[in-house]
Amino acid sequence: MNGDGVLVQVEGLKKHFPITRGIIIQRQVGAIRAVDGVTFDIYRGETLGLVGESGCGKTTTGRTILQLYRPTAGRVIFDGIDLTAVKGGELRRTRQRIQMIFQDPYASLNPRMTIARIISEPLRTHKLASGKEQVERVQELLQIVRLNPRFINRYPHEFSGGQRQRIGVARALASDPEFIVCDEPISALDVSIQAQVVNLLEDLQDELGLTYLFIAHDLSMVRHICNRVAVMYLGKIVELAQKDELYDHPIHPYTQALLSAVPVPDPPLERKRQRIILEGDVPSPADPPPGCHFSTRCPVAGKICSEEEPPWRDVGGGHFVACHSRG
Amino acid sequence: MAPLLEVQDLTTRFDTLEGVVHAVNGISYTLEEGETLGIVGESGCGKSVSVLSIMGLIPQPPGKIVAGRVLYRGQDLLQRDEEQMEHIRGREIAMVFQDPMTSLNPVLTVGRQISEALVVHLGMTEAEARHRAIELLAMVGIPQADERYADYPHQFSGGMRQRAMIAMALSCNPSILIADEPTTALDVTIQAQIVDLVKTLRERLGMTVIWITHDLGVIAGLAEKVIVMYAGFIVERGNVDDIYADPRHPYTLALLKSLPRVDRSSKERLATIQGLPPDLLGLPPGCPFAARCDYAVERCRQENPRLEFVASGHEAACWVDVATRRSDSRPADAVSSKSTGRER
Repeated sequence: MNGDGVLVQVEGLKKHFPITRGIIIQRQVGAIRAVDGVTFDIYRGETLGLVGESGCGKTTTGRTILQLYRPTAGRVIFDGIDLTAVKGGELRRTRQRIQMIFQDPYASLNPRMTIARIISEPLRTHKLASGKEQVERVQELLQIVRLNPRFINRYPHEFSGGQRQRIGVARALASDPEFIVCDEPISALDVSIQAQVVNLLEDLQDELGLTYLFIAHDLSMVRHICNRVAVMYLGKIVELAQKDELYDHPIHPYTQALLSAVPVPDPPLERKRQRIILEGDVPSPADPPPGCHFSTRCPVAGKICSEEEPPWRDVGGGHFVACHSRG
Repeated sequence: MAPLLEVQDLTTRFDTLEGVVHAVNGISYTLEEGETLGIVGESGCGKSVSVLSIMGLIPQPPGKIVAGRVLYRGQDLLQRDEEQMEHIRGREIAMVFQDPMTSLNPVLTVGRQISEALVVHLGMTEAEARHRAIELLAMVGIPQADERYADYPHQFSGGMRQRAMIAMALSCNPSILIADEPTTALDVTIQAQIVDLVKTLRERLGMTVIWITHDLGVIAGLAEKVIVMYAGFIVERGNVDDIYADPRHPYTLALLKSLPRVDRSSKERLATIQGLPPDLLGLPPGCPFAARCDYAVERCRQENPRLEFVASGHEAACWVDVATRRSDSRPADAVSSKSTGRER
């Protein structure tokens, strides 16, 4: 980390989506607890990985940090500003410094807009540039993401998946942000294209001093790109540590199972590897199990695990884990 | 003994408004009984089209199998008519697809979809078929199979749907199971469950498996032989250990280098493959990978190399020796390649 302190503080963040019944008179009959109390810091200049399986709440966490969803509870403090408390103009001004890169480069670019219009949208929203200045800025941004500036008047369908993702990156960079939430930016791309986009994100971080929250389910790529990694399961963070510490010495049974499930491109090793195969599926976030959310699938769960929520403990060296049985 | 499946010079094209798409360009391979073959490649490399061609599932038109033979137990499947193919599909060769939600009928119960095939194909009575379907669901690890029999696909999770698809594929005891990216849409812990299931079933039933994937990790622990495809050609093939330990085609080499590993700390930049795969509408005259290749020499842009043996049981289609970067050690193209047809 080349950091000088905390840029983003997330404290007890919760996002529950209501489940309603009735057409005219809607009443709430329950809640999807997509994010159920997560706390972590993101340091300036680092890449924090947020990993977990589909439905664990990692994307909702990213969107709630940006205030695209207003949180049910908790706070998000960005560079001293409590984003959950500010509104209107002040929120908009702060948001200029926070951007997002989306998963699907086919769905996240409006097919009826030219590249110039797509990339300049943040410039117009935040009134940062207009006219000739705006065109020049778009051309500069295209160069920054290693695309030909002459492409400015083309439409998204004329580009490949990897090129589209670069356009998404250029749009995110338009307002000169400090912090970017990358929501599965490479999972829709082919293997040979993934490395191109990852290298670009790394170069941009060095050149522009960016801070990333990198949301992904590809644990191999997360180990490569991140400084620290947080593991999420059913709305909660179960473990957080420096990446090599987490990958080499995982403590939480879920992290251990997750890491053991990732195949390695090495046949002799792969045939020998002992997998921890988890039974069953992730429970519904509308009705998470009591106590530790992982207790229903945990190979080492004891009696206390289904009764009490495990505390978030520091096991030293910035390694945190929430588990009754281990650590 | 003759191989169970022998694909010879299979060539599939699609007529589109923009022109002819050269999806599969003369691929050949053999599959022995009990073997697991991995076909690896990126989107659009022809790996799915090649197996759909074998199954007679290419819509014609726009598709057309313009050349080749597919010998299953010595008989050419490409010469069979649709009615005969219906007996092959499911009973001899069965297939599992990537997205289990789109391959299951949402308005029929899962159990019904399995038992129907048993009634139609094997002539079982309704009661026998129901009993067998529940047995199959239990075999693929669906808990309380007799209760879940009456569930609709939406009541199953992604992993369970894929298990149900496997149960359906195995229902008529096929000799060959073709799995087309069966775990791509699933989470890694569920992928591990499915891979584990296929390994167990393969041992128990002595099944022959073709596993298609873009994930070089999954194949490493599963396959005995691997085929690497690029732009509709086989560019390398061999035993799984040789392909990973000693890749001889620059594409395989570059793919393996661009993958970060979960079990190793990495500080270096990822190796990249520049550019994009070629447009299958108009393939370049030489090697399809030449434009992105770090090793390419002049000859690569003019002549497409054939698969040649680089070691025992290991073939690559490249003019250059990736170990020495020399291109003069390769035999001239006049030398007849007995091994495989890779004609253009």
